[in-house]
Amino acid sequence: MVATLPTELDPSTAIYDEVLPARQPWSRVIKKGQILRIIDLQANQAVDTLFYNAHDPSERYSAPDTVVRQGNIFITTGTQLISNEGNVMMTVIYDDCGKHDTLGGACSMESNSVRYGLHKKHLHACVENYLLELSKYEMNKRDLVSNVNFYMNVPVSEDGTLEIVDGISEAGKRVDLRAEMDVMVLISNCPQINNPCNAYNPTPIRLIVWDAA
Amino acid sequence: MVQTSVLPSAAIEPSLILLDEKLPGGAYWHNVIKRGNTLRVTDLEGSQGVSLICYNADNPIERLNVADTAKIQFNAFLKKGMVIYSDMGRILFSITEDTSGYHDLICGCSNAASNAAKYGESDYNNSRNNFLKALGKRGLTRKDLMPNINLFSRVAVHPNGDLEYITGCEKPGSFVDLRAEMNVLVVISNCPHVLHPDTVYKPKPIQLTVWRSPAPAPDDLCRTANEEAIRGFINTDALFAQM
Repeated sequence: MVATLPTELDPSTAIYDEVLPARQPWSRVIKKGQILRIIDLQANQAVDTLFYNAHDPSERYSAPDTVVRQGNIFITTGTQLISNEGNVMMTVIYDDCGKHDTLGGACSMESNSVRYGLHKKHLHACVENYLLELSKYEMNKRDLVSNVNFYMNVPVSEDGTLEIVDGISEAGKRVDLRAEMDVMVLISNCPQINNPCNAYNPTPIRLIVWDAA
Repeated sequence: MVQTSVLPSAAIEPSLILLDEKLPGGAYWHNVIKRGNTLRVTDLEGSQGVSLICYNADNPIERLNVADTAKIQFNAFLKKGMVIYSDMGRILFSITEDTSGYHDLICGCSNAASNAAKYGESDYNNSRNNFLKALGKRGLTRKDLMPNINLFSRVAVHPNGDLEYITGCEKPGSFVDLRAEMNVLVVISNCPHVLHPDTVYKPKPIQLTVWRSPAPAPDDLCRTANEEAIRGFINTDALFAQM
């Protein structure tokens, strides 16, 4: 339990508060007990996010372990983000969007060429963002796995139909994540311009970090 | 609801068979399936799930991507006519035949903790450790392990996102044919699905058959299934343009 309710967290007391422009990558170590807030500034931006043990990045976020532990494919308040070693990396302590996607993964040049046309290959993509940011840590594509897409709406129907549909987020919606270990958080503020779910328009997000209460 | 369609013929012309091996419950298997050959996985006695990962055998940094496999085909369940995508916009396997109809892309694999929770403390094999053993023999490590596919497993997703394992889909004799579209390193772990409710560890044997399958015809189901597949095969065939 945190001493301060997420709704009472004051950005003026934060140790980090920046706007991440549309299409940009970001990474930061969030220490155990610190809280990371991600704010969807203009609605339905896809925030592609991965998590690594800051001391051993071969321990990393596991989408299947997370959904099996929760018994549910969506992430919302109370969800624990689980590593490939079965450890809790972060806990979602507040979410006013309602659900976030665990299945869709990240866009890449190569998958975009398949999804949207061979001529769309050489556009911005999340995997490109990830690789550039990971290079700072001497990490590469071996370190990439299925990620969280905050603010994305990807339901699955009874027959398995899966679609990236119109978002349910709105401007100002936020999610608060408490680190349960020292976690390196990797974000690609998705540059996807081919998907109607964010009106073909990548938008900025705001990232705030508070020290442990 | 259990699939009731008539099963396709399970017979393979014996002269086409290259490898044929029974894999006991709890065991693992790894091999390279050459482009154009097909791996048939047969559920001999009603397995409790079979976990599978795969790589470009010529360059294992290219590997299975279950998220792309689901979203590019707009479906979270694998079926006949679908393909298995790598993380490089290319196709590892085509599903050219499938009498099960129930394969899971969402739930990942069993591990020591999930086995202990379900079966109690013991040394039963789990799929994560099986994968790590096979990867180790190929010079790969846990950094090369990614979310996997579960064959012969039906997991329903309810509208609120809740997962439910559906039993009763385990049909002895079910098989799935995976035609390699590049040289594919495949690793199979024959352990129960992580959500299979049976609390007694009793995975059943499966049969693994590699056979020289016919070359795809111009109207091949998987190669022409949709615009995305056509583009995926353009990307894949380019790998072999210089052979």
